[in-house]
Amino acid sequence: MNKINWRATASGLIVPITVIALWQLVCVLGWVSPLKLPSPLAVAQRWLQYLSPVEAYAPESGSWMAWAVSGELIRDAMGSMYRVVIGFLIGGGLALPIGILMGANQRIYDKMYILVQVLRPIPPSAYTPLAMLWFGLGNPPAVFMISIAAFFPVLINTIVGVRQVDSIYLRAARNLGASQSTLFLRVMLPAATPYILAGVRIAIGAAFMIVIVSELIAVPDGLGFRINEAREYSWTDKVMAGMFTIGLIGLALDIGMNKLNNYLLRWHRGLES
Amino acid sequence: MNPTQIQVQAVNKIFKTGGKEVVALRDINLDIPEGQFVCLLGPSGCGKSTLLNAVAGFALPSTGAITVNGATVVGPGPDRGMVFQEYALFPWMTVEQNIGFGLEIKGMDKADIHKRVGDLLGMLGLSDFRQRFPKDLSGGMRQRVAIARVLALDSPIMLMDEPFGALDALTRRNLQDELLRIWAELKKTIIFVTHSIEEAIYLADRIVVMTYRPGTVKRDILVDLPRLRDPSSAPFNALKRELGQMVMEEQQRHHNDELKMAAVD
Repeated sequence: MNKINWRATASGLIVPITVIALWQLVCVLGWVSPLKLPSPLAVAQRWLQYLSPVEAYAPESGSWMAWAVSGELIRDAMGSMYRVVIGFLIGGGLALPIGILMGANQRIYDKMYILVQVLRPIPPSAYTPLAMLWFGLGNPPAVFMISIAAFFPVLINTIVGVRQVDSIYLRAARNLGASQSTLFLRVMLPAATPYILAGVRIAIGAAFMIVIVSELIAVPDGLGFRINEAREYSWTDKVMAGMFTIGLIGLALDIGMNKLNNYLLRWHRGLES
Repeated sequence: MNPTQIQVQAVNKIFKTGGKEVVALRDINLDIPEGQFVCLLGPSGCGKSTLLNAVAGFALPSTGAITVNGATVVGPGPDRGMVFQEYALFPWMTVEQNIGFGLEIKGMDKADIHKRVGDLLGMLGLSDFRQRFPKDLSGGMRQRVAIARVLALDSPIMLMDEPFGALDALTRRNLQDELLRIWAELKKTIIFVTHSIEEAIYLADRIVVMTYRPGTVKRDILVDLPRLRDPSSAPFNALKRELGQMVMEEQQRHHNDELKMAAVD
């Protein structure tokens, strides 16, 4: 598991490399205008430029590390990640206890059902006007919208996860003298973890979609902001460099989630880590 | 004889399913003295598990009462440890955490739990599996952990719902012997549900044969064969024949009922 399977990695790269090669060919042959589709090389160049620090390294101004990450891309990525993380923590953090209560208690579920089912289908981006009215400009409206985006996937999966907990675990725990709070924390929560993690995964995806939209509202940095800014200047290569960065972060998060899954579900049948 | 510990008095249990009432238990009366090994024997649908669940406090009687040491049972509790056929180990806990869970709930401190769990692991031959998760264990090993989990609480009563039903014959005999050894050593009162006549005779001081729907006590007999019992001996087989007839009558009623229901469908 820890050893990289070079063969699989290599065969997984065949398709992307072919696509990039064809793309480069189309651009070199001049079939499309660079304004509409810049060549992959131009995008890569722009990406490196975007990544590198704006100013030359000056030893007296601070540490080398701080300089290395002072590029625009790093700041944008950090800005977007910050909003995603805070929004996700608020949305997911609220959804988890509510989901456990709704999953475990039919009366609470019945009381909440209509409200949840009416609010759930509203796309988080539809909250844009309200987010601005309520929270003004800057990070708060963006975080608010991301929280909404993260809330529902975690909520719904937690409810389903808790509802499918085999009643025999509850009986065994009650037989051992477990109180209601012990049942919640030590039995229902871990038993529902596979479902909750699936919800977290969906929530992270949704949060990323919304962070790009939300950054069109008056924030001074972030990948969404930068893509939009590049569009205004018709820097198509920079638009694509920004998009590519989002893809890379998504890939990194997915790998991270897989590792977390494997660790948290190491007890689960059919998972060998 | 030891004083009565579990008293089942005029217990009826009625289930309502789809507007139809099913009498699962009718007028059950049992006095079980401390330290007795009782087997509830009968075909499926005879209410033996219903009765066990009533004693455990998971599903209380419709009428009548069950008392343990004079106190009426109103819910599940650690004084009546339950071993389930499906093991019911918490798959997200290691063997050690499973066994220690009840002690943790009780508020025992970590070092004491560690020691107590260690003793139980030794007693049940599980020491090498301490840090394993249940998914890595065989059925027999899982049931050992489940037994250890109940023993950890040192409850005077053990309730066992066909605990060895899912195991192969050799593992089963192995665990039966283990259980008898533990029972002799720790002097627990055990109510053990089974549909295996041989298992009941091999284990029990007393066998309560139950009828198919409504569940009543058909026969209540003491088994006074010396232990360890030899399943190939003549008295063992004589008893087996006698009980076999009784159980098969009930099994036949169960079977006829099933045919009737199939005809209705």
